Amino acid sequence: MKGKNVQKLFFELVAIAALFCAVALMERFVPAGHMIFPVLKKGCVYALAAVSMNLLNGFTGLFSLGHAGFMLIGAYTYAVLTIPPEARGSVYQYYEGGVIQFALPWIAALVLAGLAAALFAFLIGLPVLRLKSDYLAIATLGFAEIIRALVLWDGAGPLTNASNILRKYPAFNSTLFYFAVAGFCIFLIVLLINSSYGRAFKAIRDDEIAAEAMGINLARHKMLSFTISSFFAGVSGALLAMFQATLQANTFKSAMTYEILLIVVIGGMGSVTGSCLASFLFVASSEWWLRFLDKSYPGVPFLRTGFRMVVFSVIIMIFVLFFRKGIMGSRELSDLFRRRPKKKEAAK
Amino acid sequence: MTQNVLHLDHITMQFGGVVAVNDLSLDVNEGEIVALIGPNGAGKTTAFNCITGVYEPSNGRVDFLGAPMVQNHPQGKMKKLYAGGQAADYTGTVLSPTPDRITRLGIARTFQNIRLFSSLSVFENVLIAKHMRAKHNFFTAACRLNHAEEKRMREESMALLEEQGMAHLKDETAGSLPYGIQRRLEIARALATDPKLLLLDEPAAGMNPQETLELTEFIHEVRGKHNLTVFMIEHHMDLVMQISERIYVLDFGQLIASGTPEEIQNNQRVIDAYLGVDEDG
Amino acid sequence: MDWLSKNLPYLISGVATGGQYAMIAIGYTMVYGILRLINFAHGDIFMVAGLVMVYASASLPLWLSIPLVLAATVALGFVIERVAYKPLRAAPRMSAMISAIGVSYLLQNVALYVTGGPAKIYPELPFLNNPVPIGSATTKMVNLVTPILTIVLVFALLWLINHTKVGMAMRAAAKDFETSQLMGIKINSVISVTFVIGSFLAAVGSIMYFTSYTSVVPTSGAMPGLKAFVAAVFGGIGSIPGAVIGAFIIGICENIIKGLGWTTFSDAFTFALLIVILVAKPTGLFGEKATDKV
Repeated sequence: MKGKNVQKLFFELVAIAALFCAVALMERFVPAGHMIFPVLKKGCVYALAAVSMNLLNGFTGLFSLGHAGFMLIGAYTYAVLTIPPEARGSVYQYYEGGVIQFALPWIAALVLAGLAAALFAFLIGLPVLRLKSDYLAIATLGFAEIIRALVLWDGAGPLTNASNILRKYPAFNSTLFYFAVAGFCIFLIVLLINSSYGRAFKAIRDDEIAAEAMGINLARHKMLSFTISSFFAGVSGALLAMFQATLQANTFKSAMTYEILLIVVIGGMGSVTGSCLASFLFVASSEWWLRFLDKSYPGVPFLRTGFRMVVFSVIIMIFVLFFRKGIMGSRELSDLFRRRPKKKEAAK
Repeated sequence: MTQNVLHLDHITMQFGGVVAVNDLSLDVNEGEIVALIGPNGAGKTTAFNCITGVYEPSNGRVDFLGAPMVQNHPQGKMKKLYAGGQAADYTGTVLSPTPDRITRLGIARTFQNIRLFSSLSVFENVLIAKHMRAKHNFFTAACRLNHAEEKRMREESMALLEEQGMAHLKDETAGSLPYGIQRRLEIARALATDPKLLLLDEPAAGMNPQETLELTEFIHEVRGKHNLTVFMIEHHMDLVMQISERIYVLDFGQLIASGTPEEIQNNQRVIDAYLGVDEDG
Repeated sequence: MDWLSKNLPYLISGVATGGQYAMIAIGYTMVYGILRLINFAHGDIFMVAGLVMVYASASLPLWLSIPLVLAATVALGFVIERVAYKPLRAAPRMSAMISAIGVSYLLQNVALYVTGGPAKIYPELPFLNNPVPIGSATTKMVNLVTPILTIVLVFALLWLINHTKVGMAMRAAAKDFETSQLMGIKINSVISVTFVIGSFLAAVGSIMYFTSYTSVVPTSGAMPGLKAFVAAVFGGIGSIPGAVIGAFIIGICENIIKGLGWTTFSDAFTFALLIVILVAKPTGLFGEKATDKV
């Protein structure tokens, strides 16, 4: 059993190292303007967002739809805290430079982005985590909308710049940076999932009543999963802010939550590897591979702006309807290397 | 003098107008195997749920090891609705711990319709029970600073599985096991919480006579090994009569008889209400 | 009196908005009542109804395009149920909900493709657009017609549910899905009827809604859809009168808040109301309490 675990870890480390090398090499040799870089960056952001949602939806069985709201909090926390004071006058031009007149180093702001999202999650979780499945989903969805309205509120303008965009905050151009941050966060989530707490989360997902009868404090563990998930959602929001270079609250509508949820489903509920893979596939196909569908060619019907997304959503529907377990089911990368007993497959 | 492990004091559970359990008082002493029997819908599982904190009883008190554990008395509107009597006796504070706290006090249970963590492995099912007594927090656990503790949890769970003869199944998915083994696993999982009192809700449901016989031995064995007190709901009269030292009979939420198996077998009220009509062995 | 005359326009448009939400909310609540599915695509069906009207009225006379809109929307609702929800009936509940989100995504993208992006101007319907003076204020006819039409339709629907055979089948299916199947109810046709009714009402609602808001974009359905769903939850999901009352309450509150100059918060308020009701009374105003059996 020990040996198997070491082998598993080894495969994972090799895969991750290979990935990082590939990205580093690509940055060296592929021209900087190539489509692959934004796709990879956005893929990283979505991977982190999807894995954090999977922690909640796939591993703890709490169906929450508030992800965009927590990403928004993270993104705004990061941007608001890092815009250099000298640039604030032009960014907050309608609010006389805003109330905050300092800038934090990016790493501090990134952590605070997560913490702010986690704090909000904690406050929201107190009333709503008692609700059952559908009701929880709709209540968290509602909270995300409330958060967005608060950010857009004119009275909060000196802090959030209301409906005007935020810009000029530090952002990183290196693709490797996104891989490093997202990778590190996902690594932490994986560690948590494989710990005793992760087991407790899965127990709650499988059967709440039995989990409680096993001495698991439901309220505490649900809250834990909710706040941790939101923490990483906040970090991914901050990454998204960096990626976009400008920030507007209306990017974070419930449509964004739906996109991330679809990624989680396509990757497989309860599979971190699946969520990561699906994120990159999702971003790459929606923004890159299917691009040709948006151009019109003489003699080819249907092809014009917007057709790409139609094809893309049809593909997603096919996945949702016919590959219900997603790409990975609940398996992880390391499971693919392990030989599975044939008998068990047949029994299923 | 043996210690009183579980004492139910005038427990009443009302759902709207339906009185599922009416003024039930009973005792379970240390080391005993006590059965609660009664026709379908008599309120047996409801009584269990009152003990384990799934429901908050409308009235009454549950003592565990001599100390009040659950206590409730009708207040406000409930007082008028309350059909059970004894309302005035309880002026103490309301105690309604959640099921997990009751488990931590030392009461473990199984469920009538098996509730395993079906997507997890057999080993993980048992391991989860160890989580509640762990000292680490989520951060240290995620950073693997709890190595010693995690190791101890794993060893204890493994030892339990070996004792139960399920060690060879440890990597199987719980949901894919045969029914009988699932029942056994559920009991093993309950034992993993280190209980003093084990509540079994129809452990022999769906078992054939041979399996029932094995279960009888198994319960005896487990009680000896783990110094348990067992309180069970059961329909199989063979099992009940063989195994239990005392029996309580519930009918329509009301306690109609209690005593040794012989006394119960000869009790006319019980025969009328239950055995005469519904005995299927 | 002064307050009333000042706020009358808001009150009237609030009642009208409430009526529009009610017509969408019924679709949500009926589907939820039977399938326990939040049909996230319902708001988008509503949006599609708006777009069909835009395109139909461009080339057809009004007396043809209105029935066409109703028929097309009903067909859409029927097809969506058959294609996207029926195959998942045996799957976990979440799968169907995710499928609904997928359909919503698909409908929005198709709408974006068809319209090409810019907002489409909703045709001006005669009669409904006529100004009506009320007290010192004027309002559009549609604002008066909507609540009346809503109430008429709701009563017709309640009659259908309480006094016809298919209505009885629907009630039975809502009460106990499996048993009603065993009792020989053709569950597929009952569900189809539910979707047909829901889509029909959404189409009627869309005519009323877009007549007062005048433009249609692919995401037009999202917000009214969500709010109607909130209304359904507010009233106790599964209960038709509950959904209607919830919709009117939300419509009126929202417009009063707009009247107070807090437009940014009119959406947020709806959700705040939802959360308060969920926490205080999770089953809504008229919902039935369901207990899990242990």
